[in-house]
Amino acid sequence: MLDRTEDLLKIENLSKNFSISAGLFAKPFQLRALQDISFTVKRGETLGIVGESGCGKSTLGRCILQLLAPDEGRVLWLGQDITKLPAEQMRQKRRDLQIIFQDPLASLNPRMTVGEIIADPLRTLMPEIDAKGRRERVLRTMEAVGLLPEMINRYPHEFSGGQAQRIGIARALISEPKLIVCDEPVSALDVSIQAQILNLLSDLKDEFGLTLIFISHNLSVVRHVSDRILVLYLGRIVELADGDDLYDDPKHPYTRALLTAVPIPDPKRARQRTIEGLVGEIPSPINQPSGCTFRTRCRYAEERCAQVRPPLETLANGRRVACIRWQELDLKPGG
Amino acid sequence: MADVLVVDNLDVTFALHQSEVKAVSDLDFTLAEGETLAVVGESGSGKSQAFLSIMGLLARNGKASGRAMLGDVNLIGMSPDRLDRYRGKDIAMIFQDPMTSLNPTLKVKTQLAEVLVRHQGYTAEKANRAVIEMLERVGIPEPVKRANAYPHELSGGMRQRVMIAMALLCKPKVLIADEPTTALDVTVQAQMLDLFKNLTNDFGTALVLITHDLGVVAGVADRMMVMYGGRCIEKGPTDTLFYDPRHPYTLGLLHSTPHVAKRAKRLDPIQGLPPSLEHLPKGCAFHPRCAFRFERCFEERPPLLPVEDVREKACWYQGELKYEAVA
Repeated sequence: MLDRTEDLLKIENLSKNFSISAGLFAKPFQLRALQDISFTVKRGETLGIVGESGCGKSTLGRCILQLLAPDEGRVLWLGQDITKLPAEQMRQKRRDLQIIFQDPLASLNPRMTVGEIIADPLRTLMPEIDAKGRRERVLRTMEAVGLLPEMINRYPHEFSGGQAQRIGIARALISEPKLIVCDEPVSALDVSIQAQILNLLSDLKDEFGLTLIFISHNLSVVRHVSDRILVLYLGRIVELADGDDLYDDPKHPYTRALLTAVPIPDPKRARQRTIEGLVGEIPSPINQPSGCTFRTRCRYAEERCAQVRPPLETLANGRRVACIRWQELDLKPGG
Repeated sequence: MADVLVVDNLDVTFALHQSEVKAVSDLDFTLAEGETLAVVGESGSGKSQAFLSIMGLLARNGKASGRAMLGDVNLIGMSPDRLDRYRGKDIAMIFQDPMTSLNPTLKVKTQLAEVLVRHQGYTAEKANRAVIEMLERVGIPEPVKRANAYPHELSGGMRQRVMIAMALLCKPKVLIADEPTTALDVTVQAQMLDLFKNLTNDFGTALVLITHDLGVVAGVADRMMVMYGGRCIEKGPTDTLFYDPRHPYTLGLLHSTPHVAKRAKRLDPIQGLPPSLEHLPKGCAFHPRCAFRFERCFEERPPLLPVEDVREKACWYQGELKYEAVA
C-alpha cells in the first residue's frame, strides 16, 4: 500500500518574475508570474491545478521541475531542496520527475522514430542500461500505454494526436518516475480520445503508483482526475481543497465563478442554472490591483478588499482559502 | 418559423495528388429563423468543411456540389463576385481564432465600418456610429476607445466580441460560428454563449454552432446534428439526443464527456480512432469502433432515416442502446 500521508513534494514560498523589455533604454517591466506559492503534494495523489490563461499554472509546473528557475522559495523533493542542485545531480532527480505536454506532436522530435523518442530519456538518465535492455523497456512501456510493438520504427507524423500523446506518456514513464506533471495533456485531443487518455493516466497511476500534478483550464477534466485541487488567480493560490469539497462548497468567490461557468453536458440543467459571469477580464499580471487581486472582478468585494492582501488561511479540515470574507459568504452552487 | 437556409445533397471533395477525398457526403439540413443548430463531431468529421463550402471558402483544391439555398439563391457554385453580395450581409461566419480573421494593421472601427459602407452604402460617419453601437451591444466596455484600438491591443475575449460585432453589423439571417469559444477561458466562454443566446433572440439570426464540446451544445442549441466520417449520423432536438441518443456514436460521445457535477470513476470512451477520410471503412464508417455492430454494418452503409417524428439516424441497429443518464 502507498503511504498517502507522506509529503513527496513540498513547495515553499515560491515566486517567479519575468522581465519584459520596455524598449532599449527603459527599465524593463516585472511580470509577476507566481507569488508566494506554498503547498505539498502527497505520495500517490493527483493534485489538479486550475486557472484561466495567464494565471501561472504552466509556469508553476515548470518551476517544480526546475525547467524554469524560481526567483524565490524552495522546492523540496523528498525533503531535499532541488532549486540549488548542481546540473548533474538535478539530472539524476529527473528520473523521478517527468512531464507530459499539451501538444503531443510539437513535443516529439519529427526525425526520431517512436522507439528512439521513448528510449531517449534512458540514454541520459540511465546510461547503465544497454541497447538490448533499452529495447525491452521501450516495448514494455509501449504496451503499458497501448501502443503496438510494430509501431516502434515509425515516425511521429504517422500518428494521430491521441497516439502521439501515448508516445509522450511512454517517454515520461520509461525512467519509472515517481511524479509526472501533466500540463494540459488532453486539451488538444478529440472528446472520444480525451476520455481514452484520461482512463490511461488513471490506470498507469494505479499500476505504477504514480503521483500526478494535473494542470488544466478544463474544470470538468480536473474534477474527474483530481483528489485535491489548487485554484490559481494571477499567480497566487486562492483556494486549495479536496475535489468534492471544492465543487460542493467553494469558499472563494473566484472558485464559485469558475464553477458556475463550466458548461454542463445536460440540456435541462444547463438551461436552469444562472451563470454568474465575472465582471470584466483578468487584469494584466504586470499591473496588478492592490489588496486582493481578484477584487476588480469580484461581486462580493468591499472597500477593505482593496486595502489588505488576503492571507492564505488554513481551515479546519486542511483546506485553504485566500479571502477575507470566506466566513460570511455562502458560495455553495445554487445557493 | 420560416427556413432561412436549406441545404440539400451537399458534397465536398478535395483533389489530392493522385486521388480524391470526400470530406462531406450527402448532407441535408434546414435552419429556421432564430434557431440555433449545433453541428457536433470530431476532427475530420467534415463539420467545418461543410460550412466553409457554403461560404465559398474552400481551399483551392476543394469542390462543392449540391444546394445551399439562402432564401431563393443557391450559394453552391456561385462566383466569388456574386457571393460577396451575400457574404457578410445575409450570411456570416466567425472562427475559433479571431486574430487570424482580423486585419492586424487596421483599427477595429476601420475594418468594421467597411462592412456597412460596402453592403449598406452607409457614409463613413454613419457607419462609425453604427459600429460603436454594435460594439456596445456585444458587451465591449468603453466602445469608443476600443473602436480606435488595433486588434493586438485587445484580449482574446474582446477580439472574439469584435468578430461577432462585425458579423452582426448587417443583421445577417445566418451566423455560422466555428468553435467560437474553444480558445477562450471558461468564464469568458460563458459570457459569449449568453451573448449568442441574446443575439439570436433579438435579431432573429439563425446560429450554426460548430463544436466538439457537448457542454456548449447543451446550453444553447435547439437542435443538433452529429457528424462522423463526413456524414450526418444523427440529428434531432438537443434534449432528445442528449437524453435518448439512438446512434452508438452519439451515445459514445456523451459517455466520453466528463461532467463537472458528477465524478465518475471511469469514463466510457469510444474504442479506437476516428477514420481517415481517405480510407473510410466499408459499410458503416463507424463500425470498427461500434459496440453494437453486426454483419450488415460491415457491408452496407446505413442511410439517414427518420426515427419517430422528430429525428433521423443512420444506423442498422434497431435494439435498445443501454444508456445510463449522463445527468
